[in-house]
Amino acid sequence: MNNFTVSGSPHIQGDESTKKIMYGVVIAMIPAVLVSIYFFGVGAIRVLLIAVVASLFFEWVIQKYLIKGALTITDGSALVTAILLALNLPSNLPSWMIIIGALVAIGMAKMSFGGLGKNVFNPALVARVFLLVSFPVEMTSWPKPKPITDGLADVITGPTPLGIVKEGLGADKTMSELSSEIPSYTQVMMGDMGGSMGEVSAIALILGGIYMLWKKIISWHIPVSMLLTVAVFSGIFWGIDPEHYADPVFHLLTGGMLLGAIFMATDMVTSPMTKGGQLVFGFGVGLLTILIRMWGAYPEGVSFAILIMNATVPLINKGFKPTRFGAKPGVALNN
Amino acid sequence: MGILRTFALGGIHPAENKLSSNAPIETLPVPKQAVVPLGQNLGAPSKPIVKKGDEVKVGQLLAEAGGFISTNIHSPVSGKVFKIDNAIDGSGYKRPCIIINVVGDEWDESIDTSPDIISEITVEPKEIIEKVKNAGVVGMGGATFPTYVKLMPPPGKVAEYLIINGVECEPYLTSDHRMMLELGQQIIIGTRILMKALNVKKAFIGIENNKPDAIRHFNELVKGSDDIEIHPLKVQYPQGGEKQLIKACVNREVPSGKLPIEVGCVVQNVGTAYAVYEAVQKNKPLIERVVTVTGKGVKKPSNFLTRIGTPISELIEAAEGLPDNTGKIIGGGPMMGKAITSLEVPVVKGSSGILLMKNEESNRSVEGPCIRCSKCTYVCPMGLEPFLLSKAAKLSNYEMAENESIMDCIECGSCQYGCPAAIPLLDYLRLGKLKVGQIMRSRNN
Repeated sequence: MNNFTVSGSPHIQGDESTKKIMYGVVIAMIPAVLVSIYFFGVGAIRVLLIAVVASLFFEWVIQKYLIKGALTITDGSALVTAILLALNLPSNLPSWMIIIGALVAIGMAKMSFGGLGKNVFNPALVARVFLLVSFPVEMTSWPKPKPITDGLADVITGPTPLGIVKEGLGADKTMSELSSEIPSYTQVMMGDMGGSMGEVSAIALILGGIYMLWKKIISWHIPVSMLLTVAVFSGIFWGIDPEHYADPVFHLLTGGMLLGAIFMATDMVTSPMTKGGQLVFGFGVGLLTILIRMWGAYPEGVSFAILIMNATVPLINKGFKPTRFGAKPGVALNN
Repeated sequence: MGILRTFALGGIHPAENKLSSNAPIETLPVPKQAVVPLGQNLGAPSKPIVKKGDEVKVGQLLAEAGGFISTNIHSPVSGKVFKIDNAIDGSGYKRPCIIINVVGDEWDESIDTSPDIISEITVEPKEIIEKVKNAGVVGMGGATFPTYVKLMPPPGKVAEYLIINGVECEPYLTSDHRMMLELGQQIIIGTRILMKALNVKKAFIGIENNKPDAIRHFNELVKGSDDIEIHPLKVQYPQGGEKQLIKACVNREVPSGKLPIEVGCVVQNVGTAYAVYEAVQKNKPLIERVVTVTGKGVKKPSNFLTRIGTPISELIEAAEGLPDNTGKIIGGGPMMGKAITSLEVPVVKGSSGILLMKNEESNRSVEGPCIRCSKCTYVCPMGLEPFLLSKAAKLSNYEMAENESIMDCIECGSCQYGCPAAIPLLDYLRLGKLKVGQIMRSRNN
């Protein structure tokens, strides 16, 4: 007597899986992780390890003892959140603050909303902003990058290029006067500037972005609309008054702009479902970032901009729906 | 040749696995017992006119149409009616069937059983429709809609184009491909008969580009004439869906909730065109069809010309037996076919293929949470949002499901195929369509 499986169609499955997507993002972050270890040394390794171990631990504990549901820590999503969180932190952040960050990211921003796929806000950014607001001093003392080959001596801290510009312009200096204080473009591209672990090297981040585009993990819509908006908006102001506004290239390469555009704003769970919606989302993030950078109290605006736009995603999804087949028949012959 | 025509929205590219495309059509011997279900079409089941003990010949009328949307059923074998009883069919349930013990292979005298191909079309449109109706011809692509109904557009609607569906976009299936290669001339004659019945001047035959031999053969068959045009189409699932086919061939979109005749088109499968040829030119009712038997474990992937009512066990035997680790039997293709519960299930008018899947291929992946990646939305050929519709159906929010056009879903399965979280989207979509359909019907009453 034969036993045959009976289930509904379709009876074949494509190759994609949640695990493949998550680990694909992890692979895309490897260049940035390697650069951060090169420039920030042991501190970077410490931050990464603690973020990863704490995030996985908290997810496991919550799933096993609080929710009492399936254990999914191997699906890669907590790992992605952990690495993104680490890349958003200064490499000298005290360990206990990192652990709080992991708890906020996994416990508050992800699991309390229902777990993977149910969160409204990007968990790594929620944790970063939480830490920034709770521990402003520690979260803004950025170690100066020091190639690991120079030895393992203590790091020196200092402001980021954005911080230098914000303070300088606020003290009525002009851009020409500040240009000697901020790193050159080459330094910025390679990673030789102050900042969080992940934001320093533009090239490493772009490499990761290209990998994700190739593997179809992200599409170009959000990064391009966000960066284009930033370039155009900052370009207009720089064009009018170059001494009191930084140029577009500076804005594109400094701070969390590329990290945000490539890894944070493109998070599938917290971004719109249609391409049209994604373009609007990217535009909003870009605009808000520039507004905060230019006129807000903080030198960096990407994290806040993304979180604010995350809140608008359900509304964007209502407004931007795919074109229905047959909505516009074209030729109506028989009437 | 230029850019291949296709439909614009969505679509997927599953592996083609056309293992049997080089197997010529093989005629299977008549079974010892034929189990002929009374429900072989979309619409009302047929009403038997024979009774236990009656002697029947091949082609003799067994059951009459049970309504307007119904069909005649003719005996595929000669012998004695054993009983009219419930027996298992492709639905998995026992349904009324006429069971005949086969004796010999004697055909009704009115049928032309000679191998000659009769090209001249001497019948008038009304007669064509009558003959197609009496012969019990239904849509052979699998939908089994009574063909004669499609040949009679409702008042106010006029057909401008006939489109013949030679796409066969489902992986594994090759019965249409082999028919186009071996019975091409008859299919073309059948196409012209359909054109005459509909009074259209132009027909398009859509063939997916993975069948270049069929495209070449058909181009030769219609060389010199301009009433039939062959359109090679991009290999993309579901190219053979009639709405997608119409879009690809004549660039018109059938509006939501309406039929192809709304944009002046009538679509028929190549197998149906062949059945129409046989019905009109040879007086032969629909009593047999080409069925593909295939699968990665099948020793001899084949295309069998087999009588309706043959149990699939005989087709599998003819393909050199059931492979050892068979986990699933699918009636049809892997994307839209139905899993079959027993080897005793008979071949019916809509049986395009038998697909045998190994144990490793038979089970679904573990379902995970939706990560809102939107792949389902990108691949949906009807521009729907499967993630939203399946959630609405799951939570019984049928109002939202109806407003978001769940009834437009053609159940192609592209969404579930592409879902990284292995969510059974189509299961929920079918449930939602069923419930919303019931609500809509009760509203109209």
